Amino acid sequence: MKHILQQVFRSGKFVTGFSIFMAIILIVVFYPMIITDAPLSIIGQGTFFPPGIYVSVYDSLSSTTYILNLDDATTKRITNKLNDEDRVSIKEWLVAAGIPESEIDTTDTQKLLDQWFTNYDSQKNVPGMTNAKRNYYVRLNTALKSLLSPEAAAVMQVNPLNNELEQIGTINQTDYVNVGEVANIRILPLGTDNFGRDVLTELVSATRVSLQIGFVAGIIATLIGLTLGLLAGYIGGFVDDIITFITNLFIVIPPFVLLILISFSIGQEQRGAFTIAVVIGFTSWVWTARAVRSQVISLRNRDHVNLSKLSGHSIVHIILNDILPYILSYVIMAFILQISSGILAEAGLSILGLGPRTTDVPTLGLMMNWAMIYQAHILGNWWAYMPVLVTIALITFSMNLMNTGMDQIFNPALRD
Amino acid sequence: MANTMLEVKDLSTKYVTRFNEGVYAVDRVSLKVEEGKSLGIAGESGCGKSTLALSLMGYYFPPLHYMNGDITINGNNISGLKAEDVRKTILGKEVAYIPQAAMNALNPTRKIIHFIEDVILEHEMYVTKKDIYGRAKKLFETLGLPPEVLQKYPVELSGGMKQRTVIAISVMLLPKVLIADEPSSALDVTSQKMVIKMLKHLMEAGFISSMIFITHELPLLYNVVDDIMVMYAGQIVEKGSSHEMVFDPIHPYSKGLMGSIIVPEKGLRDVKLTAIPGVPPNLKKPPAGCRFAERCRFVRPECRVTDVAMREAEHGRMYRCIIPEAELREAYAREEHKNG
Amino acid sequence: MDKEKKPYLSAKGVTKSFGFGRQKTVAVDNINLDLYEGEVISIVGESGSGKTTLSKVLLGLINQTSGDVYFQGVKRDISSQARKREYWKNIQAIFQDPFSSYNIFNKIDSVLLDCINMRGGVYFPREKKTEMMIEACSFVNLKFEELTNKYPFELSGGQMQRLMIARIFLLQPKILLADEPTSMIDACSRATILDELMHLRKEVGMTIIFITHDIGLAYYVSDNVYIMEKGRFVESGAADDVILRPKEPYTQRLINDVPKIYEEWDLSTV
Ligand SMILES: Nc1ncnc2c1ncn2[C@@H]1O[C@H](COP(=O)(O)OP(=O)(O)OP(=O)(O)O)[C@@H](O)[C@H]1O
Ligand SMILES: Nc1ncnc2c1ncn2[C@@H]1O[C@H](COP(=O)(O)OP(=O)(O)OP(=O)(O)O)[C@@H](O)[C@H]1O
Ligand SMILES: [Mg+2]
Ligand SMILES: [Mg+2]
Repeated sequence: MKHILQQVFRSGKFVTGFSIFMAIILIVVFYPMIITDAPLSIIGQGTFFPPGIYVSVYDSLSSTTYILNLDDATTKRITNKLNDEDRVSIKEWLVAAGIPESEIDTTDTQKLLDQWFTNYDSQKNVPGMTNAKRNYYVRLNTALKSLLSPEAAAVMQVNPLNNELEQIGTINQTDYVNVGEVANIRILPLGTDNFGRDVLTELVSATRVSLQIGFVAGIIATLIGLTLGLLAGYIGGFVDDIITFITNLFIVIPPFVLLILISFSIGQEQRGAFTIAVVIGFTSWVWTARAVRSQVISLRNRDHVNLSKLSGHSIVHIILNDILPYILSYVIMAFILQISSGILAEAGLSILGLGPRTTDVPTLGLMMNWAMIYQAHILGNWWAYMPVLVTIALITFSMNLMNTGMDQIFNPALRD
Repeated sequence: MANTMLEVKDLSTKYVTRFNEGVYAVDRVSLKVEEGKSLGIAGESGCGKSTLALSLMGYYFPPLHYMNGDITINGNNISGLKAEDVRKTILGKEVAYIPQAAMNALNPTRKIIHFIEDVILEHEMYVTKKDIYGRAKKLFETLGLPPEVLQKYPVELSGGMKQRTVIAISVMLLPKVLIADEPSSALDVTSQKMVIKMLKHLMEAGFISSMIFITHELPLLYNVVDDIMVMYAGQIVEKGSSHEMVFDPIHPYSKGLMGSIIVPEKGLRDVKLTAIPGVPPNLKKPPAGCRFAERCRFVRPECRVTDVAMREAEHGRMYRCIIPEAELREAYAREEHKNG
Repeated sequence: MDKEKKPYLSAKGVTKSFGFGRQKTVAVDNINLDLYEGEVISIVGESGSGKTTLSKVLLGLINQTSGDVYFQGVKRDISSQARKREYWKNIQAIFQDPFSSYNIFNKIDSVLLDCINMRGGVYFPREKKTEMMIEACSFVNLKFEELTNKYPFELSGGQMQRLMIARIFLLQPKILLADEPTSMIDACSRATILDELMHLRKEVGMTIIFITHDIGLAYYVSDNVYIMEKGRFVESGAADDVILRPKEPYTQRLINDVPKIYEEWDLSTV
């Protein structure tokens, strides 16, 4: 036993898979201890906030201001404001005004602005320009000018006594606040989803629930498959015929179709995560049962089983002591595969809208479902679905790695 | 002068048990097999023959551990190599091993032909499955196995069929050195003969250069190998040519072993076979002196004290006993005289 | 042999075939065998001739395709688990391959303990059980202290095989079916063990079926020898007749193929 474990942990594939899987488990366990927010609480008003650090503007106003004179502050500010479309428009205008195209570089903000301010003339008639376009350039010019102006912004507040607007302060371009002193900051590493929920917190929680679904489904499927496989394989005869008949029934109807039908008939409101796990478990034992059965058949005529019979042991004793240990490694492998296929099945169901009801817990499948419904993939809001995909891929990948690693050890071509 | 195919000097290996105790199953064994020669190993069961066979290949995995000694196979010193490297570079082509557990060595869920495909495909690239099938079929025929066996599962074969199948798989790649650990324990005399004939044929044709053959069936061993080595409790106690060893053993243990050969001839049933009373020493803490001392008829007080080295007898034979050859022979003659 | 006595175990027209159609193999073909109490017989035959299959049928481990087995004069009934267990109290076996005879997850002590329990020793004090195990091991030239607490894969092939024989010393069955019981035991220990076994047989009146390819051994131990070819007995009779004066060409060939020391062993005959 010790040697087998040693061997298993010496297999590169297994160790890689195991490390990835353990890392996922650790994150799932420890993350909620650090970030204690409810995973489904809606924090953002609006959909799909991009990933980043969110700093409260209101709190920034009342924080101590520090003056920093930084040379490139202005440029940065403008670079940030000036979007790509504007830049292209500026270039168009400049080209039309006769500047050689080779001299214009839309990425060099400072030079572009210099060229603009020296050349732009609202009166100048550029051939072929529509009126609307002309107005656009006027607006753009004003916006740029105000950006460049060193004027401070005024902060106003309504005076509750007379309902008048009063200036309570100014914000200069050189004013800074220390983020550490701002009372409210929120880091959203993966932004928010369509409902305005923190994607990362939701993802961690979803991973946990999905793993739980996988485990429950895996345990149920493995237990059913193992029991039926052992009985069919060892007892044979009539029992085998019945069990094989049932198994064949399940094989004729693809399990996923069955899963869809059952899920659908249970109805949205009855479908909790646990129910889904049970349903997945009850529809995916077939493969395990068949595999266990054929393993047992190759074992039941082995001489150590015969010896056990001759020693007067009961069927139960023989199955538990002389058969089960031999197929245990195999069952563990099947169990791991069941977990990962359980997770995939849940994802598949949820994408079709037949997953657990959407109100209590997130699952990886539900997150995909929401992202799809709100067209995150079309809008380019990658943070709403990519991390989910990566998580699913990592879980299944790590489990399959563990399995192949074990397979190489447990099933060498020649045993010795 | 013929090439030395396999040479081992002072090889010691041990098993480390679950309780971290050492079982010193191979103790300072030296041997040499030349090209075209075969060496037989006999000895009490549990004396370390299978362990020696495993150790000779340099293929160590827990609980078996290498302690010291040099192993040279076909000119390559392999004693320092890692198990994985040995598996890749040495096993199969240079050395092949027919395990004692041959009947239990085949994964029950695969057909015989698949094992053969695996073995060949691992070492040769450009072969078709049809080729492999043809080759396997031919080899199986020389072993008296019908070609249908290729399409069967191991559980559907009789003990002897499984054993011959494993032999076939092991020689498929024509290894330079073949180590056969009781390859005929489940074989009837006719199949045994077929196997020996095939092995001899392969050796004569030069496909297999040398062979090490372990068996308890001394008459068989006598007919198969050139030299015989007798092991006792992890050590070699005597070696010599097979004829000398069978008809003229020197060491008291070899003498006892050769005396218990059963051949089906008249009168055998009334003969009481020679038996050596007692059990071999525990290999966890082998005795300081001669390991056979406890069971030896000629034991002397000094036997139990010091380690006995191998010594030379006539014709370059070697045996491990402190009593001179002449004296032992005299004692045997006296015994024979007494028994009539 | 005393023909007045009823056979203790007999097979009447026992046939066993595996597979169907073109795959069909008839492993045991219409075998008739009468075994009297206290008799020792050997079945000798080529590999694949159906010896193991026949022994498993006799043991009730596989069902025959046709034919009947009679035990103590009546048709054997092993239709239920309880009946089977009752039957197995009388008949025991040593299997051909010691390497697959053990459950590798159990320590070897459990194999011997099972035997003691089966013979009604469940409530024996611990010391008594140990004593019995030590004695059984010494029958087969093994030291129990060296074996206790070990797993089967920590033993050599011969040690495993000897432990299987030690079981028989504990169980003392009425009938023993020994399938190549000494194939991995050195000549020296084999002689001792066979002598002990024969001794036990005399003491408890055990009936033994040896299945072996070792014709010398068959001759040494058995009263009657049966030669088996392709599922049938081709020759049978007293050991002296069959082995020293074989009539059938098949038997003659078998005996001729035995490796010899004093004569030349002719490889060209196969
Ligand atoms: N479970 C099985 N399924 C199919 N065929 C089988 C099975 N068991 C045995 N056979 C076939 O039955 C025949 C007899 O096998 P058996 O094991 O009885 O031979 P045996 O006489 O014991 O040979 P050996 O000396 O090699 O052990 C063989 O041809 C074998 O292939
Ligand atoms: N895995 C192991 N752990 C501990 N001890 C072992 C292990 N395998 C074998 N041994 C011990 O090492 C000794 C040598 O075993 P080995 O298998 O080499 O004997 P052998 O000479 O081949 O015997 P046989 O003729 O019975 O096959 C035996 O006493 C055995 O009990
Ligand atoms: Mg061995
Ligand atoms: Mg057999």
